[in-house]
Amino acid sequence: MNKEETITKLKEIIKPYINNVEAFENLTEATDFIVDLNINSANLIDIMLDLEDAFVIDIENQDMEKMLDVKAALEIIEIKLANK
Amino acid sequence: MDRRVVITGLGVVAPNGVGLAEFTHSIKNGISGIKHNAELERLRFCCQISGTPNISPELISNYFTELELRNFNSSGILYGVIAGIDAWKDAGLLINNDNEPDWDSGTIFGTGNSGVDKVREGIYKIDAFQTRRLGSTAVAQTMNSGVSAYLGGKLGLGNQVSTNSSACTTGTESILMAFERIKSGQAKRILAGSTNDSGPYIWAAFDAMNVCTYKHNNAPESGSRPMSESASGFVPGSGAGALVLENLESALLRGARIYAEILGGNINSGGQRGTGTMTAQNPTAVQKCITNAIVNSGILANNIDAISGHLTATSKDSLEVKNWSNALNRKGIDFPYINSLKSIVGHCLAGAGSIECVATVLQLKQGFIFPNTNCIDLHPEITAIIDESRIPQKLIKKDLNLIIKASFGFGDVNGCVVFKKY
Repeated sequence: MNKEETITKLKEIIKPYINNVEAFENLTEATDFIVDLNINSANLIDIMLDLEDAFVIDIENQDMEKMLDVKAALEIIEIKLANK
Repeated sequence: MDRRVVITGLGVVAPNGVGLAEFTHSIKNGISGIKHNAELERLRFCCQISGTPNISPELISNYFTELELRNFNSSGILYGVIAGIDAWKDAGLLINNDNEPDWDSGTIFGTGNSGVDKVREGIYKIDAFQTRRLGSTAVAQTMNSGVSAYLGGKLGLGNQVSTNSSACTTGTESILMAFERIKSGQAKRILAGSTNDSGPYIWAAFDAMNVCTYKHNNAPESGSRPMSESASGFVPGSGAGALVLENLESALLRGARIYAEILGGNINSGGQRGTGTMTAQNPTAVQKCITNAIVNSGILANNIDAISGHLTATSKDSLEVKNWSNALNRKGIDFPYINSLKSIVGHCLAGAGSIECVATVLQLKQGFIFPNTNCIDLHPEITAIIDESRIPQKLIKKDLNLIIKASFGFGDVNGCVVFKKY
């Protein structure tokens, strides 16, 4: 899976949780889940669970803590997929 | 100075009607919401019939966002939110989309438990070492105050947002707690109500106590028989009722329609002393609760037009009628009209009091007494106290001024409220 495909899949997953449509439409690697997309911090847990299901990976708690923006999420997904 | 308290909005999610129009039609015409329940049969319950509200996914989507519905599995919150939002809109109130909470408005919305199906889901996950997969909403769905928390957020309420719990008295208690708060000037309006989950995991413990009927599995609509000699236990039910209580001044100021006034009431307990136990009411306490409610409302027992009973369709119905008769000091033909909604919805447990209060207020506003069903064979212990004509089995259209309503619950707790036509 290339980076663009991963971003498309990631966007699909976070879409139900976002509260800033404009920032979502202009999403880049620098987009922060809470600051830019106004996602309720409690929902980050749900996003992690959805990512695990969609990519069939396990995300550890310490990875979860780092996953605050798109860039970090992409990196962690990439590593997890490579280690599968 | 004490404020007068009126009812300006109603909402209901009942087994025989979701929404005021359908519910009103059903209670006037004795239409039952009790049906055979395939899940209870599969699980080999003694009682395989129930009163469960019928709610379509389309209706649900009017009250909850797609995100809220992800992994949502709490029927009590579902019923409570629908009834509560309906009551709010029925009162002509807007949903507060401001950044500022509505400091003058709150909710006291009771329940016996919350999200039992969600709890069950969670337990399976926990035991399979998947605690982290519970998701972020498991707490909100299973905390007792989930229903008031959901409502508070949807309406932007800034006054008290709380859930009360007192078994089958819960709904009547929530109304009285809201009444006191408005009367004392601490809130302008309170969304009062109560709800109860549906399903086997709620009803099982009652089935195990043999307090539900097992004799009507093939004829569900005849199963709930309050005041009947052949009453053989209650039919489990669920649902929610909601009432917007408001101080009179605020209601008049915004030109709201007023359904009825609440004059007063009383909450007490028999302390599980005398013949009172965890599961049976102390009759002295029941009578005291009724007489206190009458005194505190400033009315005379002789002026009461009708009673909305608790009357669950167990062997205790005769004792309840006796308690009413003693407390009001009225009997025979002089006794007020009395009816029980449970004959057509079953016993909606923590939701019962508020659903029955909605029915009571509709009777006052529209001038009718809904018929009792399934009591052609009235219990002789009841007809020994009051005249048969006091237990209408057909719809009566009549201007009514005062209706008194009581609910009783496990723990030997009682609640009684007096409604007056406005």
